Amino acid sequence: MNHRQFQRAVYPLAGLFAILLLWQGYTQFFGISRIVLPSPTDILWASVARYDLLLRETWPTLFESVLGFALAVVIGVPLAVGVANSRTLNLTLYPILIATQSVPKVAVAPIILVWFGLGMESKLAIAFLVGFFPIVVDTATGLRATPAGLLELAYSLRASPFQVFAKVQFPAALPFIFSGAKVAVTLAVIGAVIGEFVGSVGGLGNLLLTANSQLDGPLAWAALVWLSVLGILLFAAVAVAEKLMIPWAGSGQH
Amino acid sequence: MGPSGCGKTTFLKIVGGLSRATSGLVQINGIDVDGPQPDFGIAFQQSNLMPWRSVLQNVLFPMEIRHESNAAATDRARELLALVGLQGFENASPAQLSGGMQQRVALCRALIHRPKLLLMDEPFGALDELTRMEMQDLLLDIRKSTGATVMFVTHSISEAVYLSDVVVVFSKRPAVIADTINVGLPYPRTPEVRYSAEFTELEHRAGRALGITR
Repeated sequence: MNHRQFQRAVYPLAGLFAILLLWQGYTQFFGISRIVLPSPTDILWASVARYDLLLRETWPTLFESVLGFALAVVIGVPLAVGVANSRTLNLTLYPILIATQSVPKVAVAPIILVWFGLGMESKLAIAFLVGFFPIVVDTATGLRATPAGLLELAYSLRASPFQVFAKVQFPAALPFIFSGAKVAVTLAVIGAVIGEFVGSVGGLGNLLLTANSQLDGPLAWAALVWLSVLGILLFAAVAVAEKLMIPWAGSGQH
Repeated sequence: MGPSGCGKTTFLKIVGGLSRATSGLVQINGIDVDGPQPDFGIAFQQSNLMPWRSVLQNVLFPMEIRHESNAAATDRARELLALVGLQGFENASPAQLSGGMQQRVALCRALIHRPKLLLMDEPFGALDELTRMEMQDLLLDIRKSTGATVMFVTHSISEAVYLSDVVVVFSKRPAVIADTINVGLPYPRTPEVRYSAEFTELEHRAGRALGITR
């Protein structure tokens, strides 16, 4: 580890530690109620003591987020391929896609709940909806941004449309697809939590609401911390997949 | 050869079947060129290497498109890479190579399917002077060993004279053929040729055709 890497690892940690220290000092010095703002140690203690409960409620949220994200990829990428390659599909669908994106997903959540019920399906649908858009837009942008020289090369070799897509367009778009996926996976967690807020019987979002209504500040904050960690871990998982699948992209391609 | 913007690249693309002529006809060996031909090889100013493929895979790309990517093709790709001085770089990624090395890989890719006509659009234009001279000698060697006809577009007078049997000089836009020069310098061409009186005289003639010198 060289000096720069050391700085990059230590400075943010030092910053975080300083904030936590200020927070701890503030709540203790002024005797702030746990209901209003629990101290970091309160939250840590709640995380450890209620470990079973938090872990149990993590599974549904994790499941909803990951599955919603996966659905967004499985449906979004082929749709983007269609939109990027067909003028008709592009003219027909793209404006509608943009228009639906401006509909606030939080406002749609109650309607989706009516359709899919209190169970996991409604959360999955909302997670899918919020993750879908960045995937489609980034994939379509990436497919359209194929370097002209590569297309000309393929054309000069009389490559078939499928060869052009599979050997040139799609690999060239992968960095774009992954940047869309990284946005989508974080949004999918938010979508799942929105769904749980609007109406649910489980999950970290549900736990947060319940703890809040029972004036259990430390548990509500612990749920919030677990949610954030969940989001970071999912983002990291996509980032690791990106590093493994497109090692070339790090060197200034995108 | 001709000044920037005179239509050299457009002409090359029409010959290669990549662009359509607004009028007129391109015939090569009695065949109308109405699209890319299987026995053409093309090298562009940019190397256009795919960053997700290794050097060897980039060279093999045309064979893959032609569904001929077999052991023999791989052997030939390795031979070509050795010929341009890139043995040992087969599994390197293009990003690890210098601009000159990337152009060599692009040259191997243009040659992998044994084209009879090699179309080159200022392939050495982005290289530094020393690398460029090296690449010119390499191209002369390759032409000799493959027997391919090369149509080479450039705006460099000395490059045109050094590489060619015939230099066709385009005028400024709208381009007309200002002069057709039969070079007639002996082969093998060595760097010393560049300093001979005949070479300078040919450069002068091309310069006059371009209107640069009198």
